[in-house]
Amino acid sequence: MSELSWIFLSAMVVNNFTLALFLGLCPFMGVSARVETALRMGAANIFVLVLTSLTVSFLNAFILERAPYLRIISFIVVIASLVQIVETVIKKVSPTLFRELGIYLPLITTNCAILGLAIFQTNRDYNVFEGLAFALGAGFGLTLALVLMASIREETELADVPSIARGMGLVLIIAASLSMGFMGFAGLLSST
Amino acid sequence: MRETTQQEDFLRGIWRENPVLIQMLGLCPALAVTNNVENSLAMGLATLFVLCGSSLLVSLCQRFIPGEIRISAYILIIATFVTVADLSLQALVPDIHKALGAFIALIVVNCMILGRQEAFASKRPVGRALLDALGTGAGFSIALVMLGAVREVLGSGSFLGVSLFGPSYEPWIVMILPPGGFLTLGVLLLGLAWWQERRPDRIEASQRRQAGSQEAIAVAGIATSGRPTPTRGEAG
Repeated sequence: MSELSWIFLSAMVVNNFTLALFLGLCPFMGVSARVETALRMGAANIFVLVLTSLTVSFLNAFILERAPYLRIISFIVVIASLVQIVETVIKKVSPTLFRELGIYLPLITTNCAILGLAIFQTNRDYNVFEGLAFALGAGFGLTLALVLMASIREETELADVPSIARGMGLVLIIAASLSMGFMGFAGLLSST
Repeated sequence: MRETTQQEDFLRGIWRENPVLIQMLGLCPALAVTNNVENSLAMGLATLFVLCGSSLLVSLCQRFIPGEIRISAYILIIATFVTVADLSLQALVPDIHKALGAFIALIVVNCMILGRQEAFASKRPVGRALLDALGTGAGFSIALVMLGAVREVLGSGSFLGVSLFGPSYEPWIVMILPPGGFLTLGVLLLGLAWWQERRPDRIEASQRRQAGSQEAIAVAGIATSGRPTPTRGEAG
């Protein structure tokens, strides 16, 4: 298996951002009530993740090697402004898409998956292409987890659960079983 | 204008508005680093430090921060304190810094901290902002240590690295793995919901019982009715 597809697969299922690394839990809990919104949130995330990865590669190559202590501050500023730019551009170019994504775009700024991606990419010294594969894998992994969660939650809407479990308790227990399922993918690591 | 007392500012964050258990904020670090008590405590204290520092600075600078760019300004202030915490931990306790990994840097995007700046520190005097930050940070640390204690005791059979049950104990490995984090918090929340649901129930049940017995006395005084009221069954 080539290096790039391995990075992609590893970020998507083996080290799934949400279910194995606990990144991006806020949208995972917050917007996973319906499959359609989950898909849109996932799409917005993939988009921003890819852009962030490209920008972070650039920053690491040209600026931050001289000032590593500025990493956290510059990453968060870059992400915040990136999200702002994306929002403005989409609003101008495609108002329909902007309405579809709605509130999810600005929310992405405080999604730890994005900053997490930036930091992991830096720590592991990925080059531009590896970074892109990593971002795509992470994005699809997030979307996969969101959609799975949303599909299960749509079913539990109609189920007769005890009154105390009508809330986050049930969501977390479902997440635990999903996470346990994803642990099965860890076997992929040793098979290569 | 004093809608809350100073004591309330401090205590509110610890229990009644606990960031993790009640408001469900800052879940990522709360689940990611709590596989033992030591890491939980370090994470809790680092967050407490960042929260206090940024609340202090935001509260001091509230006059100078224009409304339009306040969120960016708060994030910059938070990121500065996170960098301080990150570098200090790296220098003082390199082992813990390694164990926590990227999650120290990720304190920046802990929505609990930004939430306290926006909702409280930016509108209150320094003293009260600091009290609020201390309370919220303490509540966060308590929740983290609770999670860490459950996971370490069940998952490795030890507490703060000290073995509790001896060599014959078979650890629940799953509790220190990712699913254990979700499971522990889920069960804690179920327990909390159960407790909260029972409280009004108890009050209501005792009221009903009282009303029922008064009614029964009244009824018994007038005529004998042999049908028991079903309130007890419901309450039980």
